[in-house]
Amino acid sequence: MRDRLLIFAGLFVFVAIFAFPIWKGIAARTSTQEPELQLPAGQNKCVAPISYMRSAHMQLLIDWRDGKVREHRLHYTAYNGAQYKVDLTNTCLGQCHGSKQQFCDRCHNYVAISTPSCWDCHQDVSGKAATMVTAALPGRKP
Amino acid sequence: MYMLDKALIGSRKYWSWLAFLLLLVAVGFVCYCWQLVYGLGITGMSRDISWGIYIGQFTFFVGIAASAVMVVLPYYFHDVKEFGKVTILGEFLAIAAVIMCMLFIFVDMGQPARVLNVLFYPTLHSMMFWDMVSLGGYLLLNAVISAVMLDCECKQVKPASWVYIVVIVSVPWAISIHTVTAFLYNGLPGRSLWLTAILAPRFLASAFASGPALLILLCLLLRRLTSFDAGNEAIRKLGIIVAYAMSLNVFFLLLELFTALYSHVPEHSAAFRYLFFGLEGKHPLVLVMWLSVIMAVIALVALLVPVLRNDRRILVLAAALVFGSLWLDKGMGLIVAGFVPSPLGHVTAYTPTAPELAIVVGVWAIGALILTVFYKIVTSVREAN
Amino acid sequence: MKITRKNFLRMLGGTALVAGAGKFVKAISDAAQSPSGIPNVKNDAATGGTAAKRWGMSIDIDKCKKGCSDCLRACRSAHNVPKIPDAAHEVKWIWEEPYENVFPYQRTDYGRQDLAGSQLLVLCNHCADPPCTRVCPTQATWKRDDGIVMMDYHRCIGCRYCVAGCPYGSRSFNWVDPRPYIETLNPQFPTRTKGVVEKCNFCEERLADGLLPACVEACSEKALIFGDLNDENSAVRQALKSRYPVQRLPELGTGPSVFYLV
Repeated sequence: MRDRLLIFAGLFVFVAIFAFPIWKGIAARTSTQEPELQLPAGQNKCVAPISYMRSAHMQLLIDWRDGKVREHRLHYTAYNGAQYKVDLTNTCLGQCHGSKQQFCDRCHNYVAISTPSCWDCHQDVSGKAATMVTAALPGRKP
Repeated sequence: MYMLDKALIGSRKYWSWLAFLLLLVAVGFVCYCWQLVYGLGITGMSRDISWGIYIGQFTFFVGIAASAVMVVLPYYFHDVKEFGKVTILGEFLAIAAVIMCMLFIFVDMGQPARVLNVLFYPTLHSMMFWDMVSLGGYLLLNAVISAVMLDCECKQVKPASWVYIVVIVSVPWAISIHTVTAFLYNGLPGRSLWLTAILAPRFLASAFASGPALLILLCLLLRRLTSFDAGNEAIRKLGIIVAYAMSLNVFFLLLELFTALYSHVPEHSAAFRYLFFGLEGKHPLVLVMWLSVIMAVIALVALLVPVLRNDRRILVLAAALVFGSLWLDKGMGLIVAGFVPSPLGHVTAYTPTAPELAIVVGVWAIGALILTVFYKIVTSVREAN
Repeated sequence: MKITRKNFLRMLGGTALVAGAGKFVKAISDAAQSPSGIPNVKNDAATGGTAAKRWGMSIDIDKCKKGCSDCLRACRSAHNVPKIPDAAHEVKWIWEEPYENVFPYQRTDYGRQDLAGSQLLVLCNHCADPPCTRVCPTQATWKRDDGIVMMDYHRCIGCRYCVAGCPYGSRSFNWVDPRPYIETLNPQFPTRTKGVVEKCNFCEERLADGLLPACVEACSEKALIFGDLNDENSAVRQALKSRYPVQRLPELGTGPSVFYLV
């Protein structure tokens, strides 16, 4: 009977520690904020449908990588017929998404999934980005 | 079934030994983490000498792993009953040695996280692929054999007949693991020291000398530390095997030296001259090689004269000398010298650095740890019966 | 339904065996289709290439100017090749070596005195039958249809088997992170990371855009001639007819695509 206080105190401390990410998120008021992506200016079409890019862009990147390096497939024809040169730094970033910090990292930091080791070799041409426009994700109010 | 609980009961000496080994493993592990962060540049390897002590040790311990066949073959195929107590020791030694080999390869990789690519993208024309397959298979074979044999001994029943098929398969498989390892080297057109058909026989001869030599030392150690006695006949027969294998090994080396030095073809002799006399003023391995030669000669005399070989203390010395001589020759000399002179004629020195040696010692410690635990289980089972 | 442990283990083993055998058969059939182990490669239409091309180079050692390093600098800056001061860890794609190292055991004292000690260019020879691609356990390096020996830095496990296999010493391993040692970064081309092997790639990315390799273009003396060895009328074939062409270590059967005009 005397232990009841100790037990409940211990349980409370344990639950508090276990739920720390929730407390921290609420206090920092970051969880309700969407990541602010910077989409390419003046472009309204993408290499693939947006839903596909959001869920499976890594698949596209691997496909491009193995296709270009191992099978010499240097160009990609998008679903809407547009032709793109396969190149992570110059096409993905240079032509469309600008910079890794302003685009890729926004979502990746938000969900705390690190970008793969591509950037150990490939370059992030932050300086050379096309002019960017801050835009909300489609379907959400800006 | 795995009787690992028997390894958890031991004397103070046993636990201090395990603690010491774990300390060595910890130091090696920390150095390996450093290597992961900085790159393989913390080793003494260079653009010219791109394989060093890691691969040298791998080559040597594949031989130790293959040498289990030297006790398995006589006992299971030719009914040499004296080896009855020793086969399980040989099989456990093989397991520990194969694990050490795999670890030595792993620590030598520049991108270790990608090592499974060898299995994801099987490349049938690459000897390294077949090396991974054969080593993995050999590990599996020996694990099955030793687990079943020990389990049956613990329960005092006769093993099921299917396990003898696995034993039969393990014999040519053991020969193949070291042959494939030799094939790693002796198909490369640019490395004249290795481009010789006798490399595989040399590897096998040195394996069958160094492995049983180690086994002799381990049996005598077990006799001193535990109640496990392999028997004087088994040890005597092992000594004879080491004698023959070492003679063959030295003979093969002399054959190599004749071709290299009599033909006067500079490519053939350059590496040997580097090993034994030095080239362009650089002679880091000369001491190592002559020491290996002296140890081999003394060991051969002790092994080939029966009255000397039958003396227990002289046999111990001979076995230690054989193991040491071949460790220097194969583990340190052969691999590094294959890269000298480089394809563009450069003579580069190679000295392992401290972190590199710490990692090597860490892998040895893991092998010793596995072997200690296994032998503890074996001796406990034997004592119980 | 009761099933004994023995039978369960038997079924498990049997399934694993069948699955493994299936994968093995597939691997063999893949390897049988393309003996070098590479997937069937079709040249991209944009390069305008046909399947029978064989890229090669001739180096005119007379035209190569002493003390010049135009080609070396062009390659280094185009491909972000690091300049590492520690010679043990250096990475080089094209560099100079004394004549005696490139063509060993040839006597230079009876013939032309200017050859002795002269610096010759060395690079990956993009062999017709490369030992390096033969030994790679992951097919991270392979020979393309147009003759270029390619590197896939994504797949390379850094085992350095290809370095041991190359009879010419053309390959470099990244012993350390190369990025701090890159003098002028070319943002158009990736760097490499520590733990992978690299070498000259015959500027395959420039060839895809219809350009000549960086070293060939940079040479002010036009000592380097590049082209299709299978095309009788190409510039490189004309150059090879003009003087006596020599390959490095031809007796090894590797079939180098780089020729030295003596």
